[in-house]
Amino acid sequence: MKRAPTHSYPGLNLGRRHASADKASEVVTFGFWVFLMSDLVYFGLMFAIYITMIDAQAGGPGPHELFDLTSIFAQTMILLTSSLTVGLAMLALKYNLPRWRIVFWFCVTLVLGLCFLVLEIRDFMSMAEKGGIPQRSGFLSAFYGLVPLHGLHVAAGCLWLVVLGIQLRMFGLTDLLMSRVVRLALFWHFLDLIWIGIITIVYFGGLAYG
Amino acid sequence: MTDTGFLGRLSWDSFPIAGLIQTPNANEIVANAAAAVVIVGVIAVVGLLTWFRLWGPLWRDWLTSADHKKIGIMYIVFAIVMLARGVLEGVVMRAQQAAGPGDGFLEAEHFAELFSTHGTIMVFFVAVPFVFGLANFLIPLMIGARDVAFPVMNQISLGLTVSAGMMLMVSLVVGNFSTGGWTAYPPYTGAAFNPGVGPDYWIWAIVVSGIGTTLTGINFAVTIYKLRAPGMKFMRLPMYCWTIISSSILIIFAMPPLGVAALMLAADRYLDFHFFTNDLGGNMMNYANLFWLFGHPEVYLLVLPAYGIYSEVFATFSAKRLYGYNSLVIATMCIAVLSFTVWLHHFFTMGQSALINAVFGIATMLIAIPTGVKVYDWMATLYRGRIRFSVPMLYGLAFLMLFVIGGLSGVVLANPTVDYQVHNTLFLVAHFHNVLLPGVLFGLLAGYNYWFPKAFGFRLNEYWGRITVLLWTVGFMLTFLPLYFVGLMGMPRRSFSWEDPSFHPYMIIAVVGALVILMALLSVVVQLWVSIRDRDKTRVPVGDPWDARTLEWSIPAPPPPYNFAIIPQVMDRDNFAAAKERGDAYPTPDAYEDITMPRNTAIGFMLCVLSGVWMFALVWWIWWLAALMTGLMLLSFILWTFRLNIEEVIPAEEVRKQHEAWLDLVHSSTAVDRDHETASENRGLARPDLEAVT
Amino acid sequence: MAFPRPLPMSRAMSLAVIVVAATAQMAGASDSFMDPQGPIAAVQKVHLLRATVLILIAVVPVLVLVPLIALRYRRRKGSAATYRPKWDFSPPLEFAMWGVPVVIVALLSFYLWKATHRLDPYAARFGETPALNVQVVGLDWKWLFIYPDLGIASVGELGIPVKQQVAMTLTTDTVMQSFMIPALAGQIYAMPGMTTQLHLVADTPETMQGENTQYNGRGFTKQKFKTLAMQSEDFSAWVEAVRTNGIPLDPQTYRTLAMRTDRDEVQAALGTSQMPDDALYFTLVEGDLFQSILHRYHGGQPLPVDQQPGTVEYGQEGTQ
Repeated sequence: MKRAPTHSYPGLNLGRRHASADKASEVVTFGFWVFLMSDLVYFGLMFAIYITMIDAQAGGPGPHELFDLTSIFAQTMILLTSSLTVGLAMLALKYNLPRWRIVFWFCVTLVLGLCFLVLEIRDFMSMAEKGGIPQRSGFLSAFYGLVPLHGLHVAAGCLWLVVLGIQLRMFGLTDLLMSRVVRLALFWHFLDLIWIGIITIVYFGGLAYG
Repeated sequence: MTDTGFLGRLSWDSFPIAGLIQTPNANEIVANAAAAVVIVGVIAVVGLLTWFRLWGPLWRDWLTSADHKKIGIMYIVFAIVMLARGVLEGVVMRAQQAAGPGDGFLEAEHFAELFSTHGTIMVFFVAVPFVFGLANFLIPLMIGARDVAFPVMNQISLGLTVSAGMMLMVSLVVGNFSTGGWTAYPPYTGAAFNPGVGPDYWIWAIVVSGIGTTLTGINFAVTIYKLRAPGMKFMRLPMYCWTIISSSILIIFAMPPLGVAALMLAADRYLDFHFFTNDLGGNMMNYANLFWLFGHPEVYLLVLPAYGIYSEVFATFSAKRLYGYNSLVIATMCIAVLSFTVWLHHFFTMGQSALINAVFGIATMLIAIPTGVKVYDWMATLYRGRIRFSVPMLYGLAFLMLFVIGGLSGVVLANPTVDYQVHNTLFLVAHFHNVLLPGVLFGLLAGYNYWFPKAFGFRLNEYWGRITVLLWTVGFMLTFLPLYFVGLMGMPRRSFSWEDPSFHPYMIIAVVGALVILMALLSVVVQLWVSIRDRDKTRVPVGDPWDARTLEWSIPAPPPPYNFAIIPQVMDRDNFAAAKERGDAYPTPDAYEDITMPRNTAIGFMLCVLSGVWMFALVWWIWWLAALMTGLMLLSFILWTFRLNIEEVIPAEEVRKQHEAWLDLVHSSTAVDRDHETASENRGLARPDLEAVT
Repeated sequence: MAFPRPLPMSRAMSLAVIVVAATAQMAGASDSFMDPQGPIAAVQKVHLLRATVLILIAVVPVLVLVPLIALRYRRRKGSAATYRPKWDFSPPLEFAMWGVPVVIVALLSFYLWKATHRLDPYAARFGETPALNVQVVGLDWKWLFIYPDLGIASVGELGIPVKQQVAMTLTTDTVMQSFMIPALAGQIYAMPGMTTQLHLVADTPETMQGENTQYNGRGFTKQKFKTLAMQSEDFSAWVEAVRTNGIPLDPQTYRTLAMRTDRDEVQAALGTSQMPDDALYFTLVEGDLFQSILHRYHGGQPLPVDQQPGTVEYGQEGTQ
């Protein structure tokens, strides 16, 4: 017997038990993938700029003086865990667990996201103390053009978590809100993906070649 | 970023009238006249709207509408307003150069502002919105959908594009625009060399319109991928839809480089970063690469939809199937892909190795292959047809003849050897005008004439249409063909003055041509005026005035808000033509159902206004206002997401009533043959014209 | 001689050659590669004409056939022309439509590859060696020519000996510019803190115009200079004249030169009665000026606006 395709949109999905929401999600989720693709080009270009400017340190501090891998490791672990928790929220939605479970996992994700941001800002501040400010060199401009851009995405994701959490409390699980949860989860995984690129290229690459 | 007061760096001297009072000369008079036109224009529009009590309808039916057709029409209105300014600037520039040898009547910096705004406007605020306007109107109609995939996002895109365009208008009245050309190469546009507001106007206009454009690209792509009517397989899509898919793909991948480049330039200017500065490791070559990584796909995202329009026009007015559909699809996709591999040909002269130049030169010439195939496919479409010289067809023929000359100079320019000589000269200017006017603009005007009756329910005046075609064609040839020669003679582009007397005759011919183009623009207005005046004689409510072939012609003109009372079942590439042949072009449906449509919303308009003020505040360093606007934009968007009730239902009964009224009209109308296409008998019901006229 | 009868196509092509050549002649002012004064520009011209003719193979049929088709197949009473509304594909025709452009582009690519390598501005070794070294510095709004081996420099006049190769190294001390002497060779960008190279050679004694083609502000169109190609004895005399009449290009003078001034203004500021009306002559002083200009952007320190030539502020804080 040929298995009927359950979903025509890629990635995370709501599944058959959410028939109408699943159908309504198809177009928006696909659209959101396309948006992420475009956003990915932004990051790809910033990576390229960083690579071309890795030598443009102009006598200023370089990766070895500035990067603190301990903190980066902590941030990585936090962000990876937050991807797990947002995934748990998604599963709670998919399998019709009580609504508070979704909101709970949203809260955990939010806390992790904020912790990540605090650590990242602390990193920037300690870099600045060592003279690592974007005004110092092309290399640092490229760094601050890329890493905070990711941070800004995380901040936007946190804001989205708050807004969507409130909306879930207010309106319950409507079709529209369910599809927003799907998209938020996609966005959050996307942030993780970019971060993997950042630790590999910006931090490890910077230390290896800078 | 020094400390600034309540109004940032805005002061009395920022207004051009201050300059006129200090130094009254021709240059200041031109600047003030331009500012006056903007102010008078705004006052006139406000006055007329008040006089005719149109604020209410404008708000309800247009500004808050999420209907793709209305958004499309607003895009085109905006594009035509901007076109008027762009053409006027072109005429002033031609006049300045024709006033030589010597310095002419404009100051160098003023001339530089003109070529910068002219380029920026024509690319970002004429060609792009015109293309988007037509596509917005047509895509859902052509694929059998009721709206685009994201109607509200569509509205937001329009809002952002318009607010960005308004920045260019504001720059006429307050401060001045960039002098760095539409490409805005640093370090010239950096803070050290250009500390004024000009480049900032450019940056924010580009960034904001770029966001709008990206969202539109996503919207069109998703619409065509996901909302096609049953049976509308990819290889049954009208050619125009294929070109819009390719354009959307180009937008999705090519707009980010522009956004990145402009934002990095902003970081340099506002925050003292060093991406493109001379000192501390900045490198302007990164800018050139980023800009053209966008810039080259950009020209194809403009010209491909025009190719799509020509494909529809040639088929309809030759009364024939489009020749080589598969070939045209393949060629379109080839062009889209190749357009990402050639950006370096915009700076062959930046000192890279001969090997790299040769590779990019050959990649560039490869694009000539699919483009050449297209031209010949269109000729084969005409071949053994029954060609009617209607206005869109005349544009098409002018395009075929003139575009190949632009193609010729394009392939010549692809040779680094020659490019070293003619890069940055008027030869280049002649080349890109030669592809953008006959290629893009003629295509858009052909589309405007072709689909106007669908949008408004009456045909445009043929007589004035033909005059317009003639004027555009003659004007184009007189203005730009001489520039090829002056370019070969070594005259740099963007020259506000020149000395070599041998340039003189060419410059005179070119300014005459520019005046003819100005007349062409006027005749567009006259044509519209005459058409509106005579509209009762040219109404085509049945909806098919040209005996056309695709789905959009199978519905009333103008179409109802929901487009299709019943979503059609598609069975053929030229579905409507096939249905007419079978004799069931206007079937009576068995049953009707409720139709869900997006509700009106003000979010697009809100973001338009807020982003406009936001840009102004950033340009003039009014930080508190910029922060306030950022907050308000975020807040209004978030509040909008709390509105869950975003759709409304049109009851089946109402749909039935409207549709049956129209079907009655269809059955009571007399079908006309193609001999009476332009006569007032043509009510939009076509008589099958398959057998040749004998 | 028994020439084969020319096919209609090749007749069209020879006509095309005539048209192209005629327009090229028409465009041939003295300061253009249409009237080349050196081997590089001459090859560029030939390449342009050859490419044009090859492309015309695809273009001419369009120009001829579109009007013919439009006329023959126009909708009219009693038209005898065939009407095939359903005809939408023909394999042989399609093969030709793809095949002919492929062949033309292949041919063009062959020539492109050859010419691009042969005329590489970094390595176009035309002319006699040893080459004359010239360092070119773009300023707002003039070009400075430094002859490091001869101890002289000039503005407004570039003297070169005929037949001898000229090897140029270019940079700017302001925004990006583009250096071109159309009658001799193509252009190359000059960028701050970086160098580019250009090789050229002149065939005959001639005065040619050189220019900047990249817009850089109000003095842009006046950023022209005369290229004087001279027999070697005349060139020696010119060098001697520059050396005798030139003023020392010390930091103070360079500062005045590098200010945001056009040719007339800088001539008024630095010109002496010994120099021509439209040129400035300098002698070089101790130190490598070209390197110091490049070094300005690699000091590892921020460059204040008043230390950046080409800005409004440069040279304004009192002139000692």
